[in-house]
Amino acid sequence: MDIVVENITKKFGTQKAVDSVSFSVKTGEILGFLGPNGAGKSTTMRTITCYLAPNEGDIRIGGYSIHEHPEKIKEAIGYLPESNPLYQDMPVLDYLRFIAELHKIEKAKINGRILEMVRICGLEGEKHKKISELSKGYKQRVGLAQALIHDPQVLILDEPTSGLDPNQIIEIRELIREIGREKTVILSSHILAEVEATCDRILIINKGKIVADGTSSDLRKKAQNKEILKVTIEDGERNIIYKALQNIENVELVDIISQSGNTFEIQSKPGTSLRRNIFKICVENNWVLTEITPTETKLEDVFRELTMN
Amino acid sequence: MSTIWIITKRELKSFFDSLLAYIVIIAFLVFTGLFTWIIGQPVFLVKQASLQSFFGVSYWALFIFIPALTMKLIAEERSSGTLEMILTKPLNDAQLLIGKFLAVLILVALTLFLTIPYYFTIASLGPIDHGATIMGYVGLLLMSAAYISIGLFASSITNNQIVSFLLALFIGIFFHLVFDILSRYFPGLIGNILNYLSLSSHYESLTRGVIDSKDLIYFLSLIVLGLFGAEMVISRRNTTN
Repeated sequence: MDIVVENITKKFGTQKAVDSVSFSVKTGEILGFLGPNGAGKSTTMRTITCYLAPNEGDIRIGGYSIHEHPEKIKEAIGYLPESNPLYQDMPVLDYLRFIAELHKIEKAKINGRILEMVRICGLEGEKHKKISELSKGYKQRVGLAQALIHDPQVLILDEPTSGLDPNQIIEIRELIREIGREKTVILSSHILAEVEATCDRILIINKGKIVADGTSSDLRKKAQNKEILKVTIEDGERNIIYKALQNIENVELVDIISQSGNTFEIQSKPGTSLRRNIFKICVENNWVLTEITPTETKLEDVFRELTMN
Repeated sequence: MSTIWIITKRELKSFFDSLLAYIVIIAFLVFTGLFTWIIGQPVFLVKQASLQSFFGVSYWALFIFIPALTMKLIAEERSSGTLEMILTKPLNDAQLLIGKFLAVLILVALTLFLTIPYYFTIASLGPIDHGATIMGYVGLLLMSAAYISIGLFASSITNNQIVSFLLALFIGIFFHLVFDILSRYFPGLIGNILNYLSLSSHYESLTRGVIDSKDLIYFLSLIVLGLFGAEMVISRRNTTN
């Protein structure tokens, strides 16, 4: 099922939490939602899941509008809210049964589905415990289990790996990747590495507006098309090399990054390359070029650039 | 299985798991038992085979116990965030509210059912007015339904259970007592309106064994109004939490 978000605006009082946001997600795509705290990630997710109605705009999921057929959309969506709210006084199995019944899973299939979820989410040892007795990681698994129990076509996960240990994070990422092959997944996170590892496409939202949309390599390119090189040159005086490097055409910035050796970080002007010229001046001056490494822009830098203003 | 019943079942189970149900049932039985048989104007003193003293006590006991049962219904879901979880499942606001409403009503009905031995005991002591007794029970149930509805509304407004409890009592006291008292000071039309608004006058006419559509309409209106108000409040959701 495709998700089409058209110009939604959600106001809280006079403040616009989401400001005419539009995007779409196709079946089989995992979309990562990035943004600083309070950017409007959760609000957008809440409008998609029919919890909040937007003041303006429409969202269509599999052709159904949130204004006209919220019940159809709710059936198709598995949703893990941000703080993972659960009925703490219920045992895990009772809770999953309750959710399964609400989703109108056939009676004969309910037990099978519950056991499958217990197995997939690794809740075997905890299934008879009350939810309030579980650790945060296990609660998160129960949250995932309730979102997945009806085999939803669309999965909306608001910070799915918060509170999990590194092993569990990897397991959950793999699970999401696997589910994402046939389903439509939107997940939010503020761990950039996680979004990069899990998602096909990234959406960065800031102050209620979308500021970037594309794959992680797209975003890196878009944000910075400069070349950044780490260069080490031997057999020469540091200051002379420094001056020579600064005089190369198209050099934007030269930084000495080592205290003793002659290692520099060189930034080019946008759209130009420096590698050949650096090699040439080394040959001219009889210096030995021992290292030349291109430095990739990190997603962190892209994120900072887009959301700090 | 109907969505409403799934909600009702969970709420009932939660009442019994948390012991709240047992506490309320036992407290109600002790309270009404004492006043029916031993203190105040008990049956043996009045020397009439009638449950009037029981109905009088129940009228007040339910007024106080019902807000204790309804206070957490929405307020707790709001404060723990489960309201968001449950409302993104395939059900609407009204189904959630009616499910919760029915759970409390069933619990109250069960509590009242447990007082049936009083009825048989008194019936064996002398001639009892069966009609008035049955209508008394109907009256208690209708009154309870009205207060559950008001309690649900109070619970939907806040995420603090104490505020919810006190608000339910505050709204309830007007119907329970204040309108009745005021109606005595205002003659004519205003007095009549206040008298109609007073829950006690409708309850009394039922316990006398008279069933009147006017009274039924009154109780149903209160129930619908409370549920509708609660639905309005939770459908707004214009908060960030």
